[in-house]
Amino acid sequence: MTYGFLVLLAVVFIVPFVIAIVTSFKTDPNATANPLGLRPSPATTAAYHDLFHSQDFPTWVKNSAIVTLCVTFVRVFLDSLAGYALARLRFRGRGAAFATVVAVMAVPGVVLLIPKFLIIRQLGIYDTYYGMIIPLFVDAAGVFIMKNFFESIPVSVEESARIDGASLFRIFWSIVLPMARPALVTLFILSFQGSWNELSHFIVASQSTSLFTLTKGVAQLASGELGAGNRYPLKLAASVLMTIPVAILFFIFQRRIMNASAGAVKE
Amino acid sequence: MAAITFDNVSKIYDDGFRAVSDLNLDVQDGEFVVFVGPSGCGKTTALRMIAGLEEISEGEIKIGERVVNNIPPGGRDVAMVFQNYALYPHMTVAENIGFALKLRKVPKKEAKQRIAQTANIIGLTDHLDRKPRQLSGGQRQRVAMGRAIVREPQVFLMDEPLSNLDAKLRVQMRAEISRIQRHLSVTTVYVTHDQVEAMTMGDRCAVLRRGVLQQFDAPQRLYERPANLFVASFIGSPAMNVLEATFERNGDGAVCRIGDSTLAVPPEVLNARPALAGYEGKQLAVGIRPEALDERRNGDGGTLRGIISAVEALGSEQLAYVDVEAKPVLAEDVLEGLVDMEEANDLAELKGDADGDRATLVARLDASASLRPEDVVDLSVDVRKLHFFDLESGATIGA
Repeated sequence: MTYGFLVLLAVVFIVPFVIAIVTSFKTDPNATANPLGLRPSPATTAAYHDLFHSQDFPTWVKNSAIVTLCVTFVRVFLDSLAGYALARLRFRGRGAAFATVVAVMAVPGVVLLIPKFLIIRQLGIYDTYYGMIIPLFVDAAGVFIMKNFFESIPVSVEESARIDGASLFRIFWSIVLPMARPALVTLFILSFQGSWNELSHFIVASQSTSLFTLTKGVAQLASGELGAGNRYPLKLAASVLMTIPVAILFFIFQRRIMNASAGAVKE
Repeated sequence: MAAITFDNVSKIYDDGFRAVSDLNLDVQDGEFVVFVGPSGCGKTTALRMIAGLEEISEGEIKIGERVVNNIPPGGRDVAMVFQNYALYPHMTVAENIGFALKLRKVPKKEAKQRIAQTANIIGLTDHLDRKPRQLSGGQRQRVAMGRAIVREPQVFLMDEPLSNLDAKLRVQMRAEISRIQRHLSVTTVYVTHDQVEAMTMGDRCAVLRRGVLQQFDAPQRLYERPANLFVASFIGSPAMNVLEATFERNGDGAVCRIGDSTLAVPPEVLNARPALAGYEGKQLAVGIRPEALDERRNGDGGTLRGIISAVEALGSEQLAYVDVEAKPVLAEDVLEGLVDMEEANDLAELKGDADGDRATLVARLDASASLRPEDVVDLSVDVRKLHFFDLESGATIGA
């Protein structure tokens, strides 16, 4: 019974993805005539060919890659720094700072779109990579995750490093971060996925087509702009390609989400 | 190597709690000193103040000639072994041991040599490439020791390093640590709540209670000449039997009336404790170590009659629990010293277990003695080994 339910759930989640893959290999007439059919006849890679040759797809991939890589690495680093400070350092206003982080998590992203736009304009970075990247460098949820994880690391390990003569940053870099690997991997995946799939921020931060990311480009395709018309295979080919990096990343890193503190202290 | 001096050191937390009060102590160069006491007595706090992991609220700590109050942990030239090992889990044994050398920019060749020497001392030469999670508890403890040894520090600090090991391994590591300390002659401060560890390892032991130093002396002196009821109860296993008694002069000597029994106190005992003269006709506490009781009627000082409630045969000896007509001393000094040892949950439980006019004595008797529960037994008392305490202050009545 339980397994039956699980299988049903799996099917519900998997079928749309399968339809997307299958349709991306269909011809336009075949896709329009039989959109839910699971067998492309004839099977063709025309949609992919078209995507790479008559659309700005390569530009979108390049922009998404630049933004995602910059955001992911910097966000993981800054969220970790902030999380460590909130977890371990004693300073005036620490409680208030953490309360603010939690409060920011409660604010819906849509509410912040207009203020973001105004600030980006004011700073003169509208319609630039800076405007697309810098506002995404830190996120409250990441700080929250890292703070909670750092608090679970035994203080004695850090004290031991202090007695060994390590500076605060050295303790953070050489001792704490390696021990926080499961949280770092989680944050890395979330940040990668978040910035790769980000759309609303890019809408308010840029307008030139040369700065289109995959999300923005595919959204335009899906909404029928750019002369895409009703071309399901083209739209779904773009969607499938867009999904691949996140899927690969997840499969690579899921094995690395494991306890990195084993053996540090007697539990 | 260096001496350590505590000069009126106190630790007061933000909420006003005094974890350590006016501690004055001199640890000599190369000495092995044990801080011992029940949970919450301030021993770990005192150790962490030496390490620099706790700020010193009042007073001064010197390592050698240097006041270290404002020197960060890394600059104090001390090495610490933590109760939970505190190893770096992502580093190999060699990297764990060598981390401090790397921070001090010791040349690689020299560092490698020192790591090898250290591994040899702690017996982990074959495990240098392993990660901590691949080691047993005892081996991890050795790595923690190795990390301290390789530094060649002025002072070793050890915070209950054996408490996570099983009983057999603990005995083995106890000897190992003592051997390494003797071999290196590094000034060592060792914290434990286990008085057996304290007695067997320390050159001197500092007994702490509620943040206050009770006595700082060689283990044997603590056992034979405890400064007060707390030390008397805490040091020794099984604990000292403490009973209320009335003290009366009797010619050159004196007698102690305990319940229905009378113990004759010979003149030499009185001469060694002139202050007893002031207790003529008064109540005091009498302490009797378990080995000062004997079931054979060979004593000249008197006997205590009681009923055996339980017998524990330990092979080489046996412990008899004997209920006698006597009033046990239930001062907090005694009970607090017993709490850890008896594994009682709290003082109230111990108090509740005690019957007002009957006391249970523990006697350490010869293994050959034929004893059964419910037997009536006359325990002769070696009156030359009696201890006397003031009932009000708990202080030993001595010179």
